[in-house]
Amino acid sequence: MSTTVDSAVENTAASRGIFAKFIRRNGWTLGLLGILAVLLVVTKVIQPSYGPAGIQGLAISILPLAFAAVAQTCAVLARGVDLSIGSMMALTSVVAAVLMDERSEGFAILAVFCVLLLGIVLGAVNGALVVFTRVPDIVVTLAMLFVWAGCALLVLGTPGGGSADWLSQVTRGPLLSDWVPKASVLLLVVIGVIWIPIRRSRLGLSLYAVGSDPIAAFRSGVSVTWTKVFSYMLAGLFAALGGLSLTATTGIGTPVPGPYTLLSVAAVVLGGVSLAGGRGGVFGPVVAVVILSLIRTDMTFLNVDTNLATVAQGLILVGVVMVGSFIQLRRER
Amino acid sequence: MSLTETPAPSRPRWTTASGVRALFRERPIVPLFGLLAILVVLSEVIRPGIVSANWAGVMVRAAVPLAILAACQTMTMLTAGIDLSVGAVASMSGFLVATLVADTGLPLAILIALVASAIVGLINGVGSGVFRVHPLIMTLAMSLVVLGLANVWQLIRVQTGSGVPSGFRTLGANVVFGFIPMSLVLFIPLALLVMFLLNRTGFGRLLYAIGDNPVASRLSGTKSWQVLIVLYVISAVLAGLAGFLYSGLTNVASVTLADSALLPSVAAAVIGGTSILGGRGGYSGTMVGALILAVISSILSSLGYPEAVRQILFGAMIVFVAAAYTRITSD
Repeated sequence: MSTTVDSAVENTAASRGIFAKFIRRNGWTLGLLGILAVLLVVTKVIQPSYGPAGIQGLAISILPLAFAAVAQTCAVLARGVDLSIGSMMALTSVVAAVLMDERSEGFAILAVFCVLLLGIVLGAVNGALVVFTRVPDIVVTLAMLFVWAGCALLVLGTPGGGSADWLSQVTRGPLLSDWVPKASVLLLVVIGVIWIPIRRSRLGLSLYAVGSDPIAAFRSGVSVTWTKVFSYMLAGLFAALGGLSLTATTGIGTPVPGPYTLLSVAAVVLGGVSLAGGRGGVFGPVVAVVILSLIRTDMTFLNVDTNLATVAQGLILVGVVMVGSFIQLRRER
Repeated sequence: MSLTETPAPSRPRWTTASGVRALFRERPIVPLFGLLAILVVLSEVIRPGIVSANWAGVMVRAAVPLAILAACQTMTMLTAGIDLSVGAVASMSGFLVATLVADTGLPLAILIALVASAIVGLINGVGSGVFRVHPLIMTLAMSLVVLGLANVWQLIRVQTGSGVPSGFRTLGANVVFGFIPMSLVLFIPLALLVMFLLNRTGFGRLLYAIGDNPVASRLSGTKSWQVLIVLYVISAVLAGLAGFLYSGLTNVASVTLADSALLPSVAAAVIGGTSILGGRGGYSGTMVGALILAVISSILSSLGYPEAVRQILFGAMIVFVAAAYTRITSD
């Protein structure tokens, strides 16, 4: 935020300062990337045939959860939590599948926009209820979990519908090099295009301000009400993207919510976002999602029972949070 | 904390609007019973003749296991925590007994299940009390761990098979004299114990104190980690007992049996007037909350709506009740 000040001071010390600041700001994400690199090496060692095909499969399989994690991050940053993300994904996914079923490819473009708009509307309803009823976020979104899941069942009683070919094609296969899956590029581009402008705008700043201290934010002229609603709208938008990617990767819409809500909370915490709000970014959780899935893949390669992989995910979650709070305590001392 | 001590008013306090609010704030049970009565009347209007002693027995039978799980949420929510592992723990304990009872006999199987539950609670308590992990994360992670281990256990025991012991079926599902569910035999002592703990012991007061103002309670000498460890162990053991009732009620032993009761248990506590932010609430409201949820789902199913509409109405009602309650009791 103080880049203008830094650029004014033109010496090497300042640039080193920027570098150190970058490390400090993104320390958690960089650490996660380090763990990811180690994990990839481990994967290659235990399964020498792991290559482009494996990476592409991984990139496609993480797509819905990665969007769910980003959605959860948006809610958590403004000191909220959205337990309805899994249901919103189910609802947007079935709406997309119904709209695109046996229609022209061109109509599908319109359908995608409609679904994204639907996501924003769902998020706005969540946000408005949180703000105007003054009931804690966790209770409202818990109740909305039932509502959106019920709506999904109304739209489509059993798994069905279809996906446009081009939508499925953008997630499959490599881009330029065999090692770069289209799904990952898509993920990063979509998140970047939506998040970076917001992060750099006044809205992004108010998001963090409300998250770190709502009262201070209010007194500095930030509209806490609108910022909260906005954070839920953003969460709804990313949940819709998650729902779209569910339809795109499976080719159908499934009205029953997957385990995305709870896993998204796990990914957010692993990704270095403080549950108390106002601290963290969206890229840490995405890396955390990749790590969680890769651990699962590795355990399948090692012929470990997949149920033990669930146990491992839980233990990793607790372990990382304990280490995180330990570091926090040390820093405060 | 202002549960009982209020200065005696010179005139009936419910004659003024603020008096009504104060009454609702201090005695959430009054409006809750009102809501329950409205729902019962609604049931009668929708399906004339349905309300009977028998019907009441079925409602209570459905509400009892939920009320036990909601006791876990009430107590943890008083300390500004939450216990998301109750569903997994309840399923696990029911499943453990069903798979072990043929080998070890019922008493030992019950003991093993409760000890296993208590260990889960101990880990929850150590994590959130000593290591200061947010209870939401801690119990969520433990539910993943418990579910995974229960699945592993299921694969190990797949040959021996399982059966819900007949004692549990009697306890969970039977209704004596046409309207008294047997599960009350377990529930009434438990409910009295929970209310005694919360209202009449130092432990209960510490729960309120920690949730109301953690800093003040620490400064006045509360060792919150000890309280939290005991709290989460109690919560897990209660969840284990609820698991027995669930497996008896449905005559099914499955590792995901009680998972669907997790979110309703939070809802029951919230409807019952316990604040999720800590420091305010009690168990009596929660019990009525669980009963309200049971009646609501009975109404929704008697209306013959499809599952989808039922879910939507269920969610909408939780928001509505919570919003109305917050509106009425806010200062």
